[in-house]
Amino acid sequence: MVERVFPRTPRRPARQPARQRPRLRLLLASGAASAALVAGTVIPLNPLLPAPQQAQAADGKKVLTVAVSQSVDSLSPFLAQKLVSTSIHRLTYEYLTNYDPKDAHTVPGFATAWESSADKLTWTFTIRKDSKWSDGVQATAEDAAWTFNKMMTDENAATANGSFTSNFKKVTAPDPETLVVELNKPQATMTALDVPIVPKHIWEKVGDFSKFNNDKQFPIVGNGPFIITDFKVDQYIKLKPNKDFWRGAPKFDELVLKYYKDGDAAVAALQKGEVSFTSGLTPAQAAALKSADNIKVNDAPGRRFYALATNPGARSKDGKKFGNGHAALLDPAVRKALFQAVDRKTVIDKVFQGHAVEGKGYIPPRFSAYFWEPSADQTIAYDPAEAARTLDTAGYEKNAAGKRVGKDGKPLDFRILCHATDPNDKAIGKYLQEWWGQLGIGLKVDCLDNVSDPWLAGDYDLAFDGWSVNPDPDYVLSIHTCGALPATPKDSGATDNFICDKRYDDLYAQQSAEYDPAKRAELVKQMESRLYDTGYMNVMAYPNAVEAYRTDQIKSITTMPEAAGNLWGQDGYWSWWSAVPADDGGGSGSSSSTGVVIGIGAAVVVVAALGLFVAMRRRSTAEDRE
Amino acid sequence: MRDAVDGPVKTGPSGSAPTTSGTRTAYPLYVAGKLGGAAVSLLAVLVTSFFLFRIIPGDPVKAMTHGVPTSAEQLATLRKQFGLDLPLWQQFTDYCGRALTGDLGTSYQFHAPVGELIAEKLPATLLLTGTAVLIYSALGLWLGTRSAWRNGSLSDRVNTGVALTLWSVPSFWLGLLLIIVFSVGIGPVPGMFPTGGMESGDSSGFGYVLDVAHHMVLPVATLVAVGYAQTLLVMRSSLLDEMGGDYLTTARAKGLRDDLVRRRHAVPNALLPTVTMVFINLGHVAAGSILVETVFSWPGLGGLFYQALSVPDLPLVQGLFVVFAGAMILMNLLADLLYPLLDPRVGR
Repeated sequence: MVERVFPRTPRRPARQPARQRPRLRLLLASGAASAALVAGTVIPLNPLLPAPQQAQAADGKKVLTVAVSQSVDSLSPFLAQKLVSTSIHRLTYEYLTNYDPKDAHTVPGFATAWESSADKLTWTFTIRKDSKWSDGVQATAEDAAWTFNKMMTDENAATANGSFTSNFKKVTAPDPETLVVELNKPQATMTALDVPIVPKHIWEKVGDFSKFNNDKQFPIVGNGPFIITDFKVDQYIKLKPNKDFWRGAPKFDELVLKYYKDGDAAVAALQKGEVSFTSGLTPAQAAALKSADNIKVNDAPGRRFYALATNPGARSKDGKKFGNGHAALLDPAVRKALFQAVDRKTVIDKVFQGHAVEGKGYIPPRFSAYFWEPSADQTIAYDPAEAARTLDTAGYEKNAAGKRVGKDGKPLDFRILCHATDPNDKAIGKYLQEWWGQLGIGLKVDCLDNVSDPWLAGDYDLAFDGWSVNPDPDYVLSIHTCGALPATPKDSGATDNFICDKRYDDLYAQQSAEYDPAKRAELVKQMESRLYDTGYMNVMAYPNAVEAYRTDQIKSITTMPEAAGNLWGQDGYWSWWSAVPADDGGGSGSSSSTGVVIGIGAAVVVVAALGLFVAMRRRSTAEDRE
Repeated sequence: MRDAVDGPVKTGPSGSAPTTSGTRTAYPLYVAGKLGGAAVSLLAVLVTSFFLFRIIPGDPVKAMTHGVPTSAEQLATLRKQFGLDLPLWQQFTDYCGRALTGDLGTSYQFHAPVGELIAEKLPATLLLTGTAVLIYSALGLWLGTRSAWRNGSLSDRVNTGVALTLWSVPSFWLGLLLIIVFSVGIGPVPGMFPTGGMESGDSSGFGYVLDVAHHMVLPVATLVAVGYAQTLLVMRSSLLDEMGGDYLTTARAKGLRDDLVRRRHAVPNALLPTVTMVFINLGHVAAGSILVETVFSWPGLGGLFYQALSVPDLPLVQGLFVVFAGAMILMNLLADLLYPLLDPRVGR
């Protein structure tokens, strides 16, 4: 480099005025670039280049491509906790039971029948004879027994699903078609054990379950409707149909979960036809796709509830109180007044833009068996005037500045914990400030990336709360029992927001031991009613699951619930197992073959132009050196 | 033959003309000093990374099990698995012991060795950001030189104007725009490029190379568009500083062509600040670009870092921090080692 500053002299005068040279160079370069562009666009595809989608279309191979965004935490059923991973396991392993797509009642899975003993402590499952592992080995009760026993004896294998077996005393397989589970105490969730059963002959070779991710050898042996054939972290997961699946093979030739880390990019991919399906749409995306050709927007009832939670005074099992929740919120009248001032209709219309249903009971209506709504005289309806009266009656008068004053003589000012990543929290926070402000109550909206720290420490007054509900409601019910409180203030329990109510707990214990579905549902509804009356929580909405798919790629597909339901994250494999390819479409991406040609052409242009540029510079330098 | 041009270059701080042998003896010492400094920095990074991320609020076990039915025993097991039940000093000594053997620990959320996770994604990031940095540095250098040389001309104003405008554009927005126009296609523009990802997943050999190049076009274009202004402006201003130099007048007076005066005399002297910046940018290559990687679903380290931070997945954030900082230290070291070769005044 240093020698550059020692120009060699004398040199020959330039043949042309220096200023004109760059222009000429530019002209040459652009000429060459356009030539390359033309060449790139018209040259037929390089035979070496597979151009996958086009090849598939030519083969008539129908590919169902689903856009996903969540990273797989593990492909081991013993470790996987994220929705994307458990959804893949639903597709690739059988569980003892499954949920009916119509109304989510329990239907046979790996087990064809089940019964409990008179003392409710022994469950006997009959295992199906017509299920084979994808390597040809017969799947038996021994596989199921081994899976459960592994989780019960190896703590490293209990990471993901250990809570299902914590009440198990003994699991045996007396013969290949019989699985016997003995319990310590009755457990109503025995037909909702969402545990993938793995092949013993493969998994017994695994050493450390905490480090085995089941993602090195493909295809992965399973017995579900699909078999995992390939996986590249944050790029794709490929599955092929299990032709021997006992319920019948899926109709598409391949299922690909393809990664789109950005929702708008996934929508673009759907519009282009690179993917067949995308989920988690925002209202704006749904509105944009509604008018698009060959795209169906599926605005399905969701499985989540979206609620306001108040801090009932954080406490631990040892009776110690902690946190700094506002004392006024311990008064039922204050909570009632707050909820009376919430205009749910506005929340649905303005914030969710219609993509949600007004909240009533704790469990969303899609789980019809457990859905409960308050009676007319029980309902805390929207009525701002009544809310003001409630506060007046309870003795919270307004001061000269128009602010309600608490029993301690200080104005009522609350804080609400909001998830910084959730735009709905922020928008509703603004409305609440307005509505409660009119009542004379101040509100500070604390939007945080990490709400769990103040939440678990009890350092909040109110919070935006929400849970995804399973077909079996046991878990979402359990998080409001006294048993879920932390052992000491230093521990963390499973509790949602420190609710502890004896009557609720009694009902919870009853439903846990009730094996009759109808009677249990009745108990669950009573729990919901009690939870509503305690007034610590108020469900504002059930957000919809907004998804979209290409009708020129998917002809028909089963939603769950069947009448009007969602496709991604079902409690079963129904959507992708049932999907029928459209006759005309060649699966996702077939329309992009021209794009591939042109795109490669453009890529060639870039490279060619760069090469040309470098070459020209070199040549001119050489010329100068002459 | 030496002309007046080398005057400002060769005059050392002491004012004495250096001899070649002097540079030779000084350089190894200079290199040793820089190497030692880099080693100390790396050690400091290793130690800092352990404590830095423990300041982040949040309990990894609670965050990971949030919303998942988990018993108290399971929580305890996880704490034990992660080594979080040990006192901090013991966690630190364990970490140091492992780090010295090259083991960065096991990720909490992915249950896999951190080294393996990083190695899996590092090539994608290096490919994308590395290509972009090289292209935008070259582009910035070239356009910056032209702009400065024709300071105040229309092309200068257009060049700097366009570069500054693109620089102020948010990269994710530009990326989305490019996807809508060139991936999906709009009006007469056909959809030419994939909407995201790094490969189609079905190709091998030369086809694979082409496939990846095809996927790279839009993300690289985005990074180049928002990035080249930096190099352009630095190059432009440092060349402007040089343009008043007497040695250039001398060079012209000798009858050298304008083109040569620029290329052989002015540019090399103006290059130093730009080279520093190019190396700083190269140091950032490992960290990738979270926004562009997200918009184009590029499977790189930027996204991994975000995922690791949100738990916080302590071994993974620590490992990534060490890698990012290590890349920076390495690039700085390379820049330091290059300076004396670019400018003999340095390192003496």
